[in-house]
Amino acid sequence: MKRWLEQLFTAWEGARTHKLRSSLTILGIVIGVAAVISLMSIGRGTVAQILSNIESLGSNLITVTPGMSFERGGVMRPIGSTTTLTLEDAQAIAEQVPYVTAVAPYSSSSQQLIFEINNMNAQVIGVTPAYQEAYNLETSEGAFISEYNYQSGAKVAVIGANVEEELFSGVSPIGQQIRMGSRIVTVMGVLESKGTSMMGSTDDAILIPLSTLQQTVSQQRTSTGEYLISSIAIAVSDQGQADYVVSEVTDLLRSRHRVASGEDDDFSIRSVEELVSAVSETTETMTLFLGAIAGIALLVGGIGVMNIMLVSVVERTREIGIRKALGARECDIWGQFLAESAFLSFSGGIIGLGVGWGLSKLISATEIMGSITTVVSSDIVILALAVSVGIGVLFGFLPARRAARLNPIEALRYE
Amino acid sequence: MIRLQGITKVYPMGKGELEVLRGVNLHIKQGEMVVIMGPSGSGKTTMLNLIGCLDIPSSGSYYLEDREVSHLSSGELAQVRANRIGFIFQTYNLLPQLSALANVELGMRYAGGIDPERAVAALDRVGLYDRANHKPSELSGGEQQRVAIARALVKDPPLILADEPTGNLDSHTGEEIMSILTQLHSEQSNTLVMITHEADIAHHCQRIVHLKDGQIIGEEEL
Repeated sequence: MKRWLEQLFTAWEGARTHKLRSSLTILGIVIGVAAVISLMSIGRGTVAQILSNIESLGSNLITVTPGMSFERGGVMRPIGSTTTLTLEDAQAIAEQVPYVTAVAPYSSSSQQLIFEINNMNAQVIGVTPAYQEAYNLETSEGAFISEYNYQSGAKVAVIGANVEEELFSGVSPIGQQIRMGSRIVTVMGVLESKGTSMMGSTDDAILIPLSTLQQTVSQQRTSTGEYLISSIAIAVSDQGQADYVVSEVTDLLRSRHRVASGEDDDFSIRSVEELVSAVSETTETMTLFLGAIAGIALLVGGIGVMNIMLVSVVERTREIGIRKALGARECDIWGQFLAESAFLSFSGGIIGLGVGWGLSKLISATEIMGSITTVVSSDIVILALAVSVGIGVLFGFLPARRAARLNPIEALRYE
Repeated sequence: MIRLQGITKVYPMGKGELEVLRGVNLHIKQGEMVVIMGPSGSGKTTMLNLIGCLDIPSSGSYYLEDREVSHLSSGELAQVRANRIGFIFQTYNLLPQLSALANVELGMRYAGGIDPERAVAALDRVGLYDRANHKPSELSGGEQQRVAIARALVKDPPLILADEPTGNLDSHTGEEIMSILTQLHSEQSNTLVMITHEADIAHHCQRIVHLKDGQIIGEEEL
């Protein structure tokens, strides 16, 4: 213990003797560690934000889309271009599949909205009242589309927060009429903002009763007269039953669509849970990738440490000779130089930790990169510190060995 | 204390070899104060390095305190240097970044650990008690050599080796250093082997060994 304290003190003495040189060496490590910490924390913050966005949709949501199938490996291939889901499919699911709290069939198309002199393009989604429950939607003003509105095919609309902002700057939208293609709808409600997400946001959409949307010419029917829809959203009462519901819905739709056994589904089913795990996997990979790039900076810093230690060994050849004459063994000299380089890079690691932490807090506070809450987690901190000491030892190894192996007589004669 | 038998030292030099010591036989008893004299190139320093276990002979045997040390590993030689030998150099060889006291403490570092009280006592014995916190650059040449003497003596080694300890000092300061060395030697029972080419300095010792071309050509008792 005493021996180690002496080594540490010698390392401190060595670093203090050459203040400028030591601080420049430390700077390399500081930059590396700060880069690792701040990039990783930004990455972690982004992941957390994306996941919370997805989960705000309702983590017990299952969506059925027609025509396409996602292979498990992630290779997407189109199976025909016809849409095959119908309103009747949705009704069948609601009636026959257990653990289902809401089945929301919907169709969407993009249309131009006009209010007075303002106009914008928006996603028009034809929905049933169940859409509100399936997507956890709340209205900030007015009311959501009711069963009566749906049954009567009322020309009413509920608009997203961004649509309200674009079309009605300052004016209260409730009761106002929007021109939507050839038709006019009356605004009956405004949705609370949910923020952007990968699933597309209702903030930029306008919701009208599905029956109203189906009155337009663009809506197709099957040969048997059933209404085609673009998706079905299913809310599951118990998240633990999501897999069961997925398999039940698959069986039901296969039999309804008369898909022969052995053939691929003519629809695809995805649960939010699945999406969350897929997204968090990819983004975690991204974070590690960012960390690796920052790690290169750390590596360069480490080479800087080695460089300085090599210079230091040459410069202190005489000191090494003196120490050897006084009885220092090779391992004493070795330990002295290793301790010094570990000390330098550990100091750099500590300072870099502070700088990186400060940077990531600054990014959070100033919202330079959007409203990301950066996360400096303890594993990143431990990793960065361990790596910086490791780098000190690794890159101090060669210079220390060179010092330890110096011939004492030649070292003493060195000018 | 020291017994050299048929010691030779050969350095490779270009294609050929340089024979620095050619069969040296020397016996030094415990407590003796011996000076080695000779012209430059006679092999004095090489011989002192061998005696100080900084180097090993090419052939011959060297018994230090009845222990054959000419075949020890570098680690074992370091142990011998740490515990049995104190060095005093012509150029003092103090570490410039350390205070006088820390330099003295360094003498104990590899010999079992630092004892600050003993370091202060050693500085006191060479009359530098009040200069303990000065850096070498703030001390005169004579004072620096006194720090170096304190460093060599602080671990109380049986053998003290001095390579031209007065070589960088004026004659007055040189005399001062020599009187310190002789006084310390008379107080303690350690053996002192010294190199010099100044006759005045040599006469502080009990025996002079004359070296020329790598061989001992004569000895005189004083």
